[in-house]
Amino acid sequence: MAATEATVPPRDPWYQRLMEPLLPPLTALLIAAVVGDLLILSFGQSPREVFRLLVEGTWANAYGFGQVLYKATTLACTGLAVALGIRAGMFNIGAEGQLALGGFAAAMVGLGLPAGTPAALAVLLCLLAAGAGGSLAAAVPGALKARFGASEVIVTIMMNFIVAALLNWLVATKVSVAESLHTPEIHAGAVPRLAEVIPAFHGSAANFTILVAIALAIAVWWYLFRTRAGYELRAVGLQPDAAEYGGIDVGRTWWRTLLLSGALAGLGGVNYVLGYKQYYEEGFAAGAGYLGIAVALVGRNHPGGVLVASLLFATLSQGALAVNALVPKQMVDVLTAVVIIAVATAVPEVQRMLRAVRGRLA
Amino acid sequence: MSVAIRASGIRKVFGDCVANRNASLEVATGEIHAVVGENGAGKSTLMRMIAGMYAPDAGTLEVNGRDVTGWSTREAIAAGVGMVHQHFMLVPTLTVAENLVLGQEPRAGLQFDRAGAEAAVRALCERTGLKVDPARRVADLTVGELQRVEILKVLFRGAKILILDEPTAVLSPPEVTELWKVLRALVAQGGTVVLITHKLDEVIEVSQRITVMRAGETVGQTDTAGATPASIARMMVGREVRLAGDDHAEPPTANPQTADGRRQTEAKTADGRRQMAGTASEARPIANAGTGSAALSVRALTVASSRRPNEVDNLSFEVRPGEIFGIAGVEGNGQTELIEAIAGLRPAVSGSVQLGGTDITGWTVRQRADAGLSHIPEDRHRRGLVLEYSIADDLILGLQHRFSRGLALVRDRIGRNADERITQFDVRPASATTPARALSGGNQQKVVIARELRGREFSVLLAVQPTRGVDVGAIEFIHDQLRAARNAGKAILLVSADLVEVLALSDRVGVMYGGRLVVTLPRAEASASVLGPWMTGAMTGGSHGGH
Amino acid sequence: MRKLIVALLVLVAVHLALLFIEPDGATRVATGDGVDVGIVFDVGGRGDKSFNDGAFLGAERAMKELGARVRFIEPGEGSDREAGLRLLAAEGMDLVIGVGFIFSDDLTLLAKEYPGVKFAGVDYAVAIDANGKPVPPPDNLAALKFREEEGSFLVGALAALVGKSKKLGFVGGMDFPLIHKFEMGYRAGVQAVCPDCTVIAQYAGVTPDAFKNPGRGQELGLSQYQQGVNVIFHASGSTGLGVFEAARRLGKLAIGVDADQYGEAPGFILTSMVKGVDEAVFGAIRQVRDGSFRGGIFELGLKERGVNYIDDANNAALITTEARERVEALRAEIIAGRITVPSTK
Repeated sequence: MAATEATVPPRDPWYQRLMEPLLPPLTALLIAAVVGDLLILSFGQSPREVFRLLVEGTWANAYGFGQVLYKATTLACTGLAVALGIRAGMFNIGAEGQLALGGFAAAMVGLGLPAGTPAALAVLLCLLAAGAGGSLAAAVPGALKARFGASEVIVTIMMNFIVAALLNWLVATKVSVAESLHTPEIHAGAVPRLAEVIPAFHGSAANFTILVAIALAIAVWWYLFRTRAGYELRAVGLQPDAAEYGGIDVGRTWWRTLLLSGALAGLGGVNYVLGYKQYYEEGFAAGAGYLGIAVALVGRNHPGGVLVASLLFATLSQGALAVNALVPKQMVDVLTAVVIIAVATAVPEVQRMLRAVRGRLA
Repeated sequence: MSVAIRASGIRKVFGDCVANRNASLEVATGEIHAVVGENGAGKSTLMRMIAGMYAPDAGTLEVNGRDVTGWSTREAIAAGVGMVHQHFMLVPTLTVAENLVLGQEPRAGLQFDRAGAEAAVRALCERTGLKVDPARRVADLTVGELQRVEILKVLFRGAKILILDEPTAVLSPPEVTELWKVLRALVAQGGTVVLITHKLDEVIEVSQRITVMRAGETVGQTDTAGATPASIARMMVGREVRLAGDDHAEPPTANPQTADGRRQTEAKTADGRRQMAGTASEARPIANAGTGSAALSVRALTVASSRRPNEVDNLSFEVRPGEIFGIAGVEGNGQTELIEAIAGLRPAVSGSVQLGGTDITGWTVRQRADAGLSHIPEDRHRRGLVLEYSIADDLILGLQHRFSRGLALVRDRIGRNADERITQFDVRPASATTPARALSGGNQQKVVIARELRGREFSVLLAVQPTRGVDVGAIEFIHDQLRAARNAGKAILLVSADLVEVLALSDRVGVMYGGRLVVTLPRAEASASVLGPWMTGAMTGGSHGGH
Repeated sequence: MRKLIVALLVLVAVHLALLFIEPDGATRVATGDGVDVGIVFDVGGRGDKSFNDGAFLGAERAMKELGARVRFIEPGEGSDREAGLRLLAAEGMDLVIGVGFIFSDDLTLLAKEYPGVKFAGVDYAVAIDANGKPVPPPDNLAALKFREEEGSFLVGALAALVGKSKKLGFVGGMDFPLIHKFEMGYRAGVQAVCPDCTVIAQYAGVTPDAFKNPGRGQELGLSQYQQGVNVIFHASGSTGLGVFEAARRLGKLAIGVDADQYGEAPGFILTSMVKGVDEAVFGAIRQVRDGSFRGGIFELGLKERGVNYIDDANNAALITTEARERVEALRAEIIAGRITVPSTK
């Protein structure tokens, strides 16, 4: 039989192995850059000047970089949430609502605790609340999906509206500060700013929640690739029929995954509520949940990739402010969209999804 | 002799995978030419290039003496080359005639000329002997009829050179016989047929010449007269192989009209082979088979599918330790649903399943597996393997709870388990980190079988299509494993659409038709000619029914 | 793989080449004297044809008349508001303006951090301390507030007087206290001239997106007009553009908000309840130039002409003389303090 079987191919040199996963997203980014150049020119501005401002306003100064880190923290959480869902074959579009409810829950606990609560305990309780809040928002679609096979795409989107309306009503009628869209400041549970340790970050919203995001990325990696639950989760995502054959309860895996996904997104709310403003504000991170989808896709649903992608989108978002003097903000929005489309179509996961859709149509 | 197809020095690469290297083929006008080779030998790729679906990276293609290298499907059809694919590509909601004329509909004024289309199709049916009612909806046809429609579709477009990719995979023995008649008639009318298959008995029966491919390369061509399944298999895998069927029968082409006769011969020799084997290392107490309490018993089981509420219809049987009970039948007669219900993948509507006397009807898949039920599933690509997983990870599918401590998987035990199984079952490449997707069909199946036979203590094994899409060399190995398990006292329920396989392995044989076990026979009384009528539904019910 | 590398190199080359194109007049370098002003709009604010654009108009006028140099920033999300203000303050602007109540906290924080920079907040919400007392803003921060309910009162009276229907419509953006001021003022104005009239009040939503949903606005507008309403007052940002479209389609009247919106649907805009955002912004810039700028809370009502309704050549034909006289009489009573307009539900 030896003659007919495939032999182990010789391993490629390291640079080629590295290139293979990196080349498509790099190409996509460059496509986005060229499209950006043309857009900038169409506004009668110099691409070099705009890109210079973009870099200066983000990575080239401590404040800007701090802002990038701050934005990346929220995006990393929602990106991880979406990535975990996709790994289990689910599209969690509800990160937006989960993020909001998580942030709100953290604020409520922070408000409820007495002012003298030890910081570590208070932060821990607020984190738990944020995770639980996110899970709660994901529990409804999770239960409907596991029990009735309802499409999580539709239910999570609808949950976004329900959560938004509910929180708005609560904030407007129950816990608001007059003439504002936010709750009173929390009494305990504030997460310190990075600037307290690194003064150069002064003024930026960057705070120690970033450590939570990094820890979550490591935890998600461990969960996905080193635990039995992760093994089962990925099997469900790749081939639900094989998972079922392997004695895995597919419905329960979906349910569990959506709860965890919601908790990840919910923890993202801490960044604003505990780390930045110390209160919950209506629409505090509007769009970060949806952008999490892009972060997950560009990060190829890998926790490490998600961290990198969250930095990328955070840079674009912060850069948008810096270049606002020369070009309208919408230009950066278009650029973000081009990055998403270009990178997303270049990654195999999305190609597989597109093929599946095409197959269903054919 | 004029040459219909000549391919030389063909090379085709997909990404990192070399599908064809230095492949060649010469088909004479007016012959039935078989192309054989193991799965992944590059047969289909070569044929698709001839049909214009891909362009070769190197080499030349000639059809009827004209250089057509790199032509398109449109050009190929225009030149009279048509391919019938493994998977049917028909519109189920349209009629046969509508499917055939799709894209070149005859018109009467502005309207579709239905009568004209049906008449044209009927004429073609008459001429070729492919009998299908052109007015019937494709959704209502049997698999054999679908195949005929696929062939008609190609012929309707004027194909003179017909390429068939594994046409018998889904057919019952009488339908296969029917197909051979049609192909012979086509050749008699001046057509040329290229037949891809890896069933050697078919090759011997129907072809005039044989081209053998291995690992993307053409390794030889021979006249069928004088070839035996053993000699062809040797060319295919490059060494001696034992075959499930006959390996010393005279070439059946000597008597091509009586397929049934040939099969009877084969069945007998299969028995003979087993006796031979019995004298060697596979000795087992045959006398015990059929005695003792049942390891698996299915009682009045009814299972629904999305199509009908009684896909499995009030079915009962038992499998005893040390016995292989083989269920034959044309696919789609409830076998899939039966197995899924036994394995816990599909709920039973009524009736019960018992494992060693314990009622497991409501149990989960994992509970059943842990109670000693192993399962080689019908479709390893869909169920048996997570294709993106490494061999090591796939070797613990369904056993993952035994390879974890607390939340975490125990990686080194998984690795050791993989190394052990890979060695035991000779999985190639012998690298635990290789994704299952990258393996050949035979090696994928070895991974499944290694896991199901060695991964847990089991008393009952469900083996469904255990050698489908598996190369000849691996078939032999898998059959040996199943016999060894039987000899070790396991109860095996074998379901296969391949009658030869069922006859070669089973101690008792049943036939499923329309969701019922229409007949059950001891092996000695079963043969292709006896079972054939039951498989097609020509015989139903009667005294043999049930068990 | 090789193809991809080639594509990559080509893209790098194209990108580098494009970087060196320098269009004429690309970089605007600030020169000359005059005040430097930075304005941060609300999220999604620019182009709302009312509130944010009002600020823009005031700034434009200041550029023309006062030689001010103005930079605008449109934030993308919550944390961008502070970032935008900070960016401008750090650049050493003379005056930094945040447009919208939502900037209140950020402005307070930055005014303390940059005492040398002057700040102004349009619709600035004054914080309340634990004892229920308002917290005065820092000295370098001017809180520009409007008594929208007073202007809404007048357009409510006007709508009831010329509407020829006992039913009047109101479309709000987001359902929350700031917009309730408009609704309550409007209702009171209607009741003042027509006690048996009813007001159908609806809101486009409960999130800030409700200010950016013209489709929803049109839906609400059409349904109200079909219920017999002849005049709708909207306080809903760009959602109101949909209300105007509904008015145009059915030949009814609508009342604009914040800025004169007559141009959005000429002939179908009865009037607009204008907030003097442009005037307030222009005034703040002028004060900074004159050196007369001071911090504090400034409430701008009818008396201060911080709110008003439009009655000019465009729409004069839509307003009858009696109606005009009646509304002007009401204005006098409010200014005199004889009528107190409610502002909360």
